[in-house]
Amino acid sequence: MGRLRTIARRTFLIGSAALVGGVAFGTYAYRKPHANPIAGAGIGALTPYVLIDPQGVTIIAPRAEMGQGIHSTLAALVAEELDLPWDQVRVLHGPPAAAYYNAAMLEEGVPFAPTDESWLAETARGAMAIPAKFLALQITGGSTSTPDAYEKMRAAGAVARAALVQAAARRLGLDAATLTTEGGAVIAPDGTRIPYTELAVEAAASDLPAVPPLKAREDWTLLGTSLPRLDMVEKSTGTAQFAGDIRLPGMRFATVRMNPAIGAAMNGFDATAALAMPGVEQVINLGRGVAVVANTTWAAMQGADAIRFDWADASYPATSAEMRAQIAAAFSSDTVDATPRNDGDVTQPRGQTLQAEYHVPPLAHATMEPQQATALLQDGRLEIWVGTQAPGFARKAAAKAAGIAEENVTLHTTLMGGGFGRRTELDASIYAAQVAAAMPGTPVLVTWSREEDMVQGPFRPMASARIAGSVAEGQIETFDLAIAAPSIMETFGERFGVPMAGPDSTLSQGAWEQPYSFANYRVTAHRAPRTVPLGFWRSVGASHNGFFHEGAVDELAHLAGVDPLAFRLQHITHAPSRQVLEAVAEMSGWGTPRPNRALGVAFVLSFGVPTAEVIEVEDTPQGIRLTGAWAAVDVGTALDPRNIQAQVSGAMVFGLSAAINGQITFAGGHVEQRNYWDYEPLRLHQCPEIQVRILESGSKIRGIGEPGTPPAAPALANALFALTGTRARELPLANSFRFA
Amino acid sequence: MPTTLTVNGTSATVDLPDDTPLLWALRDGLNLTGTKYGCGVAACGACTVLIDGVAQRSCQTALADVAGASVTTIEGLGTPAALHAVQAAWIDHQVAQCGYCQSGQIMQAASLLAENPAPSLQEIDDAMDGNLCRCGTYPRIRAAVQDAASRLREV
Repeated sequence: MGRLRTIARRTFLIGSAALVGGVAFGTYAYRKPHANPIAGAGIGALTPYVLIDPQGVTIIAPRAEMGQGIHSTLAALVAEELDLPWDQVRVLHGPPAAAYYNAAMLEEGVPFAPTDESWLAETARGAMAIPAKFLALQITGGSTSTPDAYEKMRAAGAVARAALVQAAARRLGLDAATLTTEGGAVIAPDGTRIPYTELAVEAAASDLPAVPPLKAREDWTLLGTSLPRLDMVEKSTGTAQFAGDIRLPGMRFATVRMNPAIGAAMNGFDATAALAMPGVEQVINLGRGVAVVANTTWAAMQGADAIRFDWADASYPATSAEMRAQIAAAFSSDTVDATPRNDGDVTQPRGQTLQAEYHVPPLAHATMEPQQATALLQDGRLEIWVGTQAPGFARKAAAKAAGIAEENVTLHTTLMGGGFGRRTELDASIYAAQVAAAMPGTPVLVTWSREEDMVQGPFRPMASARIAGSVAEGQIETFDLAIAAPSIMETFGERFGVPMAGPDSTLSQGAWEQPYSFANYRVTAHRAPRTVPLGFWRSVGASHNGFFHEGAVDELAHLAGVDPLAFRLQHITHAPSRQVLEAVAEMSGWGTPRPNRALGVAFVLSFGVPTAEVIEVEDTPQGIRLTGAWAAVDVGTALDPRNIQAQVSGAMVFGLSAAINGQITFAGGHVEQRNYWDYEPLRLHQCPEIQVRILESGSKIRGIGEPGTPPAAPALANALFALTGTRARELPLANSFRFA
Repeated sequence: MPTTLTVNGTSATVDLPDDTPLLWALRDGLNLTGTKYGCGVAACGACTVLIDGVAQRSCQTALADVAGASVTTIEGLGTPAALHAVQAAWIDHQVAQCGYCQSGQIMQAASLLAENPAPSLQEIDDAMDGNLCRCGTYPRIRAAVQDAASRLREV
């Protein structure tokens, strides 16, 4: 962002784009394009992904870099078509802007299973590009960044290349067809090299060509290979900049403290003691809580601890037990939110039957970087630096919080210390804007304490499931899964000011669309009453519905007396799904006896990615140890294999952390967990070696940030059953098993 | 009363209360933002720095206790132009994802290897166990520590 601003400023000062040569390329020509957000006044800019100035080529990657490596993958899409060597690539997030809408986000929302590639399903998905553009949703999430960008960012590179070639042809008086590109330059038949940086202004002066044909896959030199991440050196040297690392002259440091009865009012507070503490400068009333401003973040946090609050009580049930009772009561015919799958007749079980209940607790995201944002209100303009997955929404919310018009807000999306869905939320931006508005002219960094980050949510919902199934002759006869949970979309819609009518598809996500071919198969979603604010937690509904569904399948396999992996293959015809199961079977040596150890398998198709995982556990005197983990995924087309492996492996660890230890509990309307000591992710010694195999069926390209998470918990629970004979139907597992 | 200490080889004076944790003296007093706040209670290791060569949690170290001491932060371990062996190994193994915990991980690994040039896998697990990573980079951390150990032995 620094460079973008520099370019804009220089342009403003000199008043001529031609002199400074800031040129932006992209392609959005079909249909009516949105304004190009990186075209400062006077820059001969065209569209939004490629910026060329005398210093080089910068690729705009308008998606949140939360650790998933998306900036590098998006840059590679452009660089591939632009014939730009990887060591010349620079990348910036870019501003919030309508042109950066995410069409794939809405495509995933259509009521068709990802495996349904029928004309109707594809038409419905295609139609979603229009509302996405209309809504200008610039959101990172739902594993959509890669599918959304796959065509359009390659096209942006190809158009920019064609424009540069045309400019060179004009300059040299040659036919463009005789020119080639290599190493960030156009090459003439006689060997003359003209770097892109010298051609950019001329290229921008003429009309953009139509999108040329994209490279065939066999001609790729960057895509399909494991590239060094563009952010790796800065992240290994402490020079990567997160929202809390912005330092401005005269800066103050603040923290916030909100009602631990989430969303309830603050009746009053006494800040006398806080204001007497060294370093504490002021306490700002934010309505449902306060901000403490000081000369260091620590002084601000100490000050917040010293304030005596009079908090209103929670509007939701005060304890986890009451919340669970509400969910239990929601298994009734008048709370059915949707029955997205209803094949055959599940009311006629045959053979041996199974009835079981499953439960999962709410979860916090607990990103390593707590919520934080830096903001400065000056001369009626707000500048804010925040790690956000939804920069357009965040800018709008910050403007409202500061009481100024949206066009007077400049939002810089920084790198994020983990996202996992938490940074779709707007609270960090809102509070920073409120604090900045209360102290105009003074820049302020607002950092939440770990405890505040832990207790305020929004959370993954508490959820329960009831399974009724039957098996005969080694096959599933009936499979009836009912899920009950409060609705994520209901509370999310309120926070975002977007009414969410109709069923909440996240209630059954990860269960209804599984490619099993049980003849009698029903998945019912029940909507429980709302409780605490709920949000998107990596893999969303699939994170717990996968546990319910795959626990149930495993139980039925054992009931039928059939090997659990073979049992799954018996019931799946979808080829890519079969192949990932076959892959993990081979990778893990499935079926090979191992003393004191056992394997568990789970398969979940989420975000369009069939994912199979196997976990190996060992009984040791110190407790149960995880001794191996294997995953196979089918992403359609793999752009950066090492990064995909890192995502799957990391998503598995994320799922295992939650499965073993993760729980948010409530007492007196407050969250009981405070920090990493009582909400403890997996530590290094608990982490097994993880092997990931990537399959490419060649079907639609898929994103991979989330699909690795859902099978982790059921694979582990199924392994524990194989090892101990105890069936785990409730998370976290550490409540009923002793881990080393 | 101002506290004087050596940070990354240079004398620095910080005018903050004696009980201010070193973490905040570094970040907010000296603008050295490579050291991260993760938990404030020594449960995550994101704030790890070297104090007289040994890894410590800077969120639990009072400023007054490091008066006269030598503190090394990630910025002082190596730079993009002159990487420490641990940083070089981290880059070769493409360890980082979000990167927020990695300053602490790298400082912890540097401390381990300064004390034990050839740690066993168990010793690596033991030394790195206090450093959380929510992205799940642990397998690559293990590999990078082993690689850094052999790089340092070759020097």
